[in-house]
Amino acid sequence: MQKILFVNPEKCSGCRTCESVCSLYQEKVCNPARARINIVKWETAGIYVPMVCQQCETPVCEVVCPMHAIKRDEKTGAMLIDYDLCVGCKLCVMFCPFGGISLDAKTRRVVKCDLCGGEPLCVKFCEPQALQYLDATAINLRKRMAAAEKFSDLMKKMLAAV
Amino acid sequence: MVWKRKVAYINLTTGKIAAKPIPKEVRQLYLGGRGIDMHLLYNHVKPETDPLSPENVLFVGAGLLCGIPALGSGRCDIAAKSPLTGGVGDSNIGGFFAPELRLADFDHLVISGKAEKPVYLWISDGNVEIRDAGHLWGKDSFETQDMIRNDNGDEEVKCLVVGVAGENLVRFANIMTGMKNSAGRTGIGCVMGSKNLKAIATRGTMDIEFSYPDELLDYCKEMNDMVMKTRWARAQSKWGSLIIYSNTNTTGLIRTRNFQLNRLDEGEDLEPENMDRYTIGMSGCYGCSLHCRHRYVLREGPYAPIFGEGPEYTSLGAFGTMVDCKKMETILVANHMVNKYGLDTLETGGLIAWAMELYEKGVISEKDTVGLKLEWGDEAVLFELITQIAHRKGFGNLLADGFKPAIAKIGKGSEYYAIQIKGMSNLHSDERPTPSLALGIATSTRGADHLRSRPAIDLYGLPEELLEEIYGAPVSSDYTSYEGKSRMVWWQELLYAVTDSIGTCKYQTVFCAVHAPKWKEFAKLIQLTTGLKFTKAQLMEVGERIYTTERMFNLREGFARKDDTLPERYFKEPTPVGLPIAKGKKIDRNKFEKMLDEYYAMHGWDQNGFPKKETLERLGLDKELSSTV
Repeated sequence: MQKILFVNPEKCSGCRTCESVCSLYQEKVCNPARARINIVKWETAGIYVPMVCQQCETPVCEVVCPMHAIKRDEKTGAMLIDYDLCVGCKLCVMFCPFGGISLDAKTRRVVKCDLCGGEPLCVKFCEPQALQYLDATAINLRKRMAAAEKFSDLMKKMLAAV
Repeated sequence: MVWKRKVAYINLTTGKIAAKPIPKEVRQLYLGGRGIDMHLLYNHVKPETDPLSPENVLFVGAGLLCGIPALGSGRCDIAAKSPLTGGVGDSNIGGFFAPELRLADFDHLVISGKAEKPVYLWISDGNVEIRDAGHLWGKDSFETQDMIRNDNGDEEVKCLVVGVAGENLVRFANIMTGMKNSAGRTGIGCVMGSKNLKAIATRGTMDIEFSYPDELLDYCKEMNDMVMKTRWARAQSKWGSLIIYSNTNTTGLIRTRNFQLNRLDEGEDLEPENMDRYTIGMSGCYGCSLHCRHRYVLREGPYAPIFGEGPEYTSLGAFGTMVDCKKMETILVANHMVNKYGLDTLETGGLIAWAMELYEKGVISEKDTVGLKLEWGDEAVLFELITQIAHRKGFGNLLADGFKPAIAKIGKGSEYYAIQIKGMSNLHSDERPTPSLALGIATSTRGADHLRSRPAIDLYGLPEELLEEIYGAPVSSDYTSYEGKSRMVWWQELLYAVTDSIGTCKYQTVFCAVHAPKWKEFAKLIQLTTGLKFTKAQLMEVGERIYTTERMFNLREGFARKDDTLPERYFKEPTPVGLPIAKGKKIDRNKFEKMLDEYYAMHGWDQNGFPKKETLERLGLDKELSSTV
């Protein structure tokens, strides 16, 4: 089953390890400006949100690409850019609602997360597990468990009252 | 490559800016960060310079490994001649500034002179500009950072700033980045303020290249795993450094009411678990797996709402045990205040605790304090004094100069009650039962200070075979013993000097965790990052070189063996409470002096604490190196 890169901003510690790991793996240098993932931060408010391509089910990037250069990888489910077809028009950058695709200032290429071919390194390095690579069903199950816990607490209290 | 990163020379008097590369030779001798800063400090600050004059120089340095995704590699070292001690001024700061500076093409900044009016530095992708900061003057450290980000329309800008305390030349003003990270000690924020320099802002998008990127990536993961396997790191992740309190307070290793008790009774509210009431999540510095900073919110009470980060174990002592305040909320408010004003938390709390004891003993009265009743545990008085110090108002103005001038002004035997060394306040730890920790604060080059050498693992009672393996010779596993402890301090001094120079976090080496990365791992990281090869012995020698350079700076300023000592009370008053192992303990003067002799010998210094000729030759410090950077 295909997995999903699941982002949980509440767990993010803002350490930017994902950014440097991403650029180190993809570009062989450390440079958050060239990473496929970025932590958007409001430092003085203590809010950190990792932002990365969501590999959408109806990808706007694929729809707007005039060269049909963005296609889904059958194995991982990642949307990949075929650089043989890409002409660098940047429509995908403009239309992506999440900023999931960016322009690499150095190579002048559009770049995006490719899930590292099925083993995303940012996930591997993310100690607080703000980034996880999970089965789609597992994500649902996890959310349901969290919700169910609230009911279970309530039921325990009711039973104790009786 | 990493070593192509430059050093920028900025003269704020003339506005002249120059940049040049850092020679590889200097990297091999001093690595980066604190090492190069100390080399620069020794060579660029002339003897007997007034710390607040334009002739003092502020040095900012990124660690050699800054930027790698491991070990909290975001550390920045800031140095100057200290306005607090008159000796080595140096403080290491986490957060995100150093990697950003490096991404902007610079590893070191040498800031001299004094600007005519308030300015800030803007450093971006190879450029350095001096910009007007008139609109930032008077703003607190959080507002200043937000305003600079707004001015430049970029949330990613990282800043080093001084708050009002730095502007008002409080001698222990700090330099802040983010909500909590601070270069707190030795008053370098005061030096920055004296130069009319409100902030240093940086934004960079340039590649940091490494010699072996693929191997480095794998090894970084190995390093993070090595750290996170330790129990210490897992506890840190959840409770931050507050976790230390549970142990030290139970044992009786914490000074309370300045120095009258070594345990805080009824101090349950300060237990780390109680932070759960306020914490919304944890924060990490750059490249950190540990994330030891609480992000906390105070929603109720007269001081709400407050959003802050921290507090560290230090603040728990500064605004809790030392002044006998027993509520976590008091600490959260005070922690937020000192960060906002830009004050060193430890020095502030240390001075207030001292003043409270003087008041209790009748050395000072309400006449001296301008009507303030300095009663133990009165949080309103605590908050008032913090505000007074930052603004140099009332009695706070006297404390704002630090221990040495305050003792001179008050007189009347007040020195006896001051828990300070070389003019700098000690942590709230009570070292009377622990000779190794006591020696460390006495020998530290920047005054009473636990971060130059603290061998915290001494408290674990580890097997002596393991201790011998780590320290290279027999060391007693009994922490109340004096045997082998000089070696421990010497070894830790070298390790921390190197850690501060490669720019990784002390919590991720042998500080509180035994099986954390050290020499061998550091050498491999340096090799994969820069291609430079070091053996363990060579790295230890770099540590020696850095520490002896600091020693030479202090000796040149008139410090001597007499300054490597402890407050009198350590020798005279036995600890009144605590577990049997910690109760009734004081430092034996003769054994202490013997430890000091051994310690000097370990460093290759003579019995007066001056480096021997052969030591200087071995470390390459006998030659004039000022031309190198």
